[in-house]
Amino acid sequence: MARDDIPDDLRPHWISSLSQAEPAALEAHWAGLHPKPAFRWLRPAESGLVMLRGRAGGNGQAFNLGEMTATRAVAILEGNPTLTGYGYVAGRSKRHAELAALFDALLQDPSRRRDLWHDLILPVEAIRTAARRKRAAAVGATRVDFTTMVRGDV
Amino acid sequence: MFEHAVVTEPGLADPVQQSQEIFRTVLAALSEPGRVFQLADMAPADALEVGPAALGILLALTDGDTPVWLGDKAEALANYLRFHTGSPIVSDPGAAQFALVRGGDWRLDLFDPGNEDFPDQSATLIVEVDALTEGGLITLSGPGIPGHRHVTVQGLPADFSGQWSAKHAQFPCGVDVIVTCGSSLMGLPRTTSFAHSGR
Repeated sequence: MARDDIPDDLRPHWISSLSQAEPAALEAHWAGLHPKPAFRWLRPAESGLVMLRGRAGGNGQAFNLGEMTATRAVAILEGNPTLTGYGYVAGRSKRHAELAALFDALLQDPSRRRDLWHDLILPVEAIRTAARRKRAAAVGATRVDFTTMVRGDV
Repeated sequence: MFEHAVVTEPGLADPVQQSQEIFRTVLAALSEPGRVFQLADMAPADALEVGPAALGILLALTDGDTPVWLGDKAEALANYLRFHTGSPIVSDPGAAQFALVRGGDWRLDLFDPGNEDFPDQSATLIVEVDALTEGGLITLSGPGIPGHRHVTVQGLPADFSGQWSAKHAQFPCGVDVIVTCGSSLMGLPRTTSFAHSGR
């Protein structure tokens, strides 16, 4: 490994970040890649349903909560070694799944990982964190504390 | 590094359209035993060591609910099917709903013939042979065949017609066979009688 500062076992992390990133941010980064890597689709983007399972109270018996739409794609980067990238995203955006798959494959390439990590993964995570904070702050501003009542299990 | 790049061959290029075409072709073939059909538009997958017709049938007809038996020495194909169709690959031929068999060293009674109550739960065999053409010394007759049809099939087990007759006697139980060679296929359902003539 040329870049051992970003280890292989961060792959679940970056796959998660790519799935939750703004598709526009991925598209912009892809547009800025020169030269584009040679790739083909092992599994072209396809949408389907995924059964969500839940437990009442987090510890009851598992039940089928409902189905959600998900889209997946698998890309193969030609090269040595051949890299396979997986993209799974919520919703029906095929392009998002494709881009997530392509970047997953590129991130497995040691010669590209460091740049992608710093120029793509960290920024999209920052955008996401900022959006979450903003929403949490907006919700928090309207929070009412009932000081005369006991909150939670005491 | 990442060790998972075991599947590199794509599945059907146009899954909806192609799997329907393949289904329709298999249906036609099983309705008219002894006619040889072609599966057009299937890309050959040499790395998987299987013909386009057999591969197309597996891609179109198997899924996560159909155990598939591939025999020995089919690791690449097993990984490929697990990825593209999610089929469980079984090591016991009797547990398979679909089986891909090749060469002359197998027996029909390895496979599930269904039972009297549910003969439809039997296995379907995809038999890849060395040559398959219309006309020849094998005489087929039965439903879907006006009179007789003659075909040439090379590469079946030596006593296949004897085994087939024995299976025939168990009707309605039995296995249905799709004979393939390259991109050609022919149906051989359990209702068809199979006899060598002129020998």
